[in-house]
Amino acid sequence: MDLNTIWFILIAILFAGYVVLDGFDFGVGITHLFIKDETERRLNINAIGPIWDGNEVWLLTGGGALFAAFPVVYASVFSGFYLALMLLLFALIARAVSFEFRGKVDSPKWRKIWDYSFSLGSLLPAFLFGVAYGNILKGIPLDKNGYYIGSFFDLLNPYSILVGLLALSIFIMHGSTYLTLKFDGEALERKEKFANLFWIITVVLYIITTFFTFFVSPFLFEGILKNILFWVMLILLFLSLVYFPVALKSKLYWKAMLSSSIMIFSMFIISAIGLFPKLVPASNDLNLSLTIYNASSTPLTLKTMLIIALIGMPLVIGYTTFIYRVFKGKVQLTKESY
Amino acid sequence: MDAVLLARIQFAMTVGFHFIFPPITIGLAWLIFIFELIGYRKKEEIYVKLGKFFGKLLALTFAVGVATGIVMEFQFGTNWSEYSRFVGDIFGAPLAAEGIFAFFLESGFIGLYLFGRNRVSKGVHLFAALMVALGSTISAFWILVANSWQQTPAGFVIQNGRAELVDFWAAVFNPSTLVRFFHTFIASLITGAFFVAGISAYLILKNKEVEIMKKSLKISLIFGFIVSLLELMPSGHTHAIQVAKTQPTKFAAIEGIYEGRTNAPLLAFGIPVDNPPRILFPIEIPGLASFLTYGDVSAYVKGLNDFPPEDIPPIFLTFVSFHLMVALGSLFILITLIGVFYLWKKKLYDKKWYLKLLIWLIPFPIIACQLGWIAAEVGRQPWIVYGYLRTKDAVSITVPAEQVLISLIIFGLIYLLLGVLYVYILVKEIKHGPEPLLAKEGK
Repeated sequence: MDLNTIWFILIAILFAGYVVLDGFDFGVGITHLFIKDETERRLNINAIGPIWDGNEVWLLTGGGALFAAFPVVYASVFSGFYLALMLLLFALIARAVSFEFRGKVDSPKWRKIWDYSFSLGSLLPAFLFGVAYGNILKGIPLDKNGYYIGSFFDLLNPYSILVGLLALSIFIMHGSTYLTLKFDGEALERKEKFANLFWIITVVLYIITTFFTFFVSPFLFEGILKNILFWVMLILLFLSLVYFPVALKSKLYWKAMLSSSIMIFSMFIISAIGLFPKLVPASNDLNLSLTIYNASSTPLTLKTMLIIALIGMPLVIGYTTFIYRVFKGKVQLTKESY
Repeated sequence: MDAVLLARIQFAMTVGFHFIFPPITIGLAWLIFIFELIGYRKKEEIYVKLGKFFGKLLALTFAVGVATGIVMEFQFGTNWSEYSRFVGDIFGAPLAAEGIFAFFLESGFIGLYLFGRNRVSKGVHLFAALMVALGSTISAFWILVANSWQQTPAGFVIQNGRAELVDFWAAVFNPSTLVRFFHTFIASLITGAFFVAGISAYLILKNKEVEIMKKSLKISLIFGFIVSLLELMPSGHTHAIQVAKTQPTKFAAIEGIYEGRTNAPLLAFGIPVDNPPRILFPIEIPGLASFLTYGDVSAYVKGLNDFPPEDIPPIFLTFVSFHLMVALGSLFILITLIGVFYLWKKKLYDKKWYLKLLIWLIPFPIIACQLGWIAAEVGRQPWIVYGYLRTKDAVSITVPAEQVLISLIIFGLIYLLLGVLYVYILVKEIKHGPEPLLAKEGK
C-alpha cells in the first residue's frame, strides 16, 4: 500500500470520526428548540458542555491533514465552495459562543437569543456538510488545473440537497440517541421516540439517496463489489441498522449509541470506498478529477505526517476516552454548569 | 474592486481579532496552573477560589478564541488558494500537528478542568490545569512554526511550481521559529499577568474578597515583572538580531534606516514620512543599531536603499508599530517594578493610584501583541513567503472580489458584536467576583 492510499484512509477516518463525534453535538443542537422547559434546555446544553469542543477539533485536524496531505484538494474545494464555507464558519462561530454566553445574563430574552444561536449554529453546519459532501459524491466541474469552474448556486442541486437532508436526519437520530444516555424519566422517553422516528427517516432517505446515486454518479459503484472492505462495511451497516431499534426498545442505550455510531461510520466509509482513488471527481470529465496522486504532497511530507499521526492519535484517543468516562452518566446541573 | 486588497483586509481583520484571545488564554492558563499548584501543595481553599474565578474568565476567553480560530484554519484554502498550492507540502503539516499535539489536549482538558473538579482526584485535576496551559502553549508553537516558515523559509526546494519539503526539522526549526515562539509566548505571559493583576486590583479597590485577590495580585505582579524583563532581554534582543540577519528589509523598515551605513544609529523616536523619504524629529543613539546587531559600532547595517524598490515593505506602519511595541514593553517593566517595590515595602494595597493604573493597563499588553504582529507581518511584505512568493500572487483566483467583500462585511459585523459581548460578559463576571471563603459564609 502506498503512502497516498494510507493518507486517503487516514483522512477518511478523521472525517468519519468527526461526523460520528460532532454529529451527536449537532443532533443535540438541532433538537434544542423543540424543548420547551428551561431546565431541560440547560440539561441539553450541559449534556455536551464538557466535550463538544474536543469533538470539533476533529474537524480542525481533518482540515489540517487535508491541507498537508492533499493541498490541491484543500485549495480547490475551499476556494470553490467559498460562500458555502463562509456560511459554515459563521454558523460554527454562533454555536461555539452560545455555550458560554447563554447562562451569563439572567433574562429569558437573552437565553432565547443563544438558544437560537446554538440550534441554528448546529442545523446549518449539519446541512451544509451534507450538501458539500453531496457535491463531492456527484462531482463538481473542474478545469485542467483542478480549479472549480461552477458557481455558488450550482452547489445547491437536488441531489446534494437530498444528501444534506440525509445528513440532518442522521445527526438528529444520533444526537437523540446520545441524549438517551444523559436524560431520565419522561424526557428520556421523548428522546427515545425521536431517535426511533429519525432512524426510520434515515433508512428511507438512505435508500432513496443510494438509488439516485446510481444515476448521478455511476462511477462510484465501479468495481466496488470486488472490494472486501466494502462488504465488511456493508455488513456492519446492515447489522447496526437492524440492531439499533432493538437496542433502543430494550433500553440498552449504550448499545444503541454504538449502533448509531457504527451506522454513520460505515455509511461514510462506503462512500469513501466508492470515491477511491478520487478525492474530487470532475463532473465535466472524470479524467480531470483530483485524485490521491495528482493532488498530493510529496512522499516525504506524507511520511512525516504519518509519523506525527502515529505518535499523536493514540494519545488523543487515550485521553479522550478517559475524559468521556469521567463525564459518563446522566447530566446533573452544578454550580459549574453552563 | 481589488480582490487581493480585500482578501488581505479580511485576513488581517480575522487574524487580528483572533489574536486578542490566545495570548490571554495562554498567560491566564499558566497563572491558573500556578494558583492550582500552590493550592495543591498548601491545601488552602483560597487558591481553589482563585482557580474557579479565573477559570470562568479563561472559559469565556477560550470560547471566543476557538470560535474565531476555526476561521483561520479554513481561510488559507478559501482566500489564499494559490498560496496553499504553493506551500501545501510544508505549511499544512504544522497546522495538522497543532490539532493533533495541542488542540485536542487543550480542549479535552479544559472541559475536565472546568467541569471535573468534583469528578476526579485533586492530582488529576491539577494535571488537567497543566495540560490546558501546555496545550495552549504547544498550539502557539506550531502556529509560530508555520508563520516563521513564511518569514524565514528553510528545508525545501522549489520544484514542480511549488515549495517541496526536503528536510522537515530544518523547516520546523527555521532560523526564526524559536526566537519568535519565545517572544510570543512571553508576550502572552505578560498579557496574562496584567490581566490577572488588573482584575485583582479592581476587586481590591471595590473591597470585594480582598483577601483572595491580594494573593492573585501579588503572584501576578512578581510573575509579570520577571516575564516583562525576559521579554526585553534576552528575547527581544535576540529577535532583533535574527531579523537583522535573516530579513534585512524588515530590519531596515522597523529601525527606519533609509541609507545603509556603518555606525548606524538606533532611533528611539521618529516619524517616517514620504517625499522625500525621511524620519522627522529623530532621537538617535549613534552606533547603537550597528553595535546591538553585530557587536561592533562600525559594522555596516543595510538600509532600504540597498534593495530594489519593489522588495521593500511599507515603512510607516512597520516602523511605528515596532516602536510603540518597544515603548509599551519598557512601560511594562517599569510598572511591574514599581509594583514589586511596593510589595516589598508592604505598601502595595494602600497605593490607590497604582491599583487604578493597573486596571487601565489590562488592554495594553494585548495592544503590544497586536503591534508586534503588525510589525512582523507588514515588515515581511511584499512577500507572503519571504523571498519566494509575493502576496499579490497568493490569493484565490476563483473567488470573485464581491464574494470576499460580502464575507468581509459579515465578519466585521460578527466580530464587532463578539467583541462587545466578550467585554460585557467579562466585566459582568469580574464584578461578580470569586466565591467567598467558606469560613466567612456564616456571617
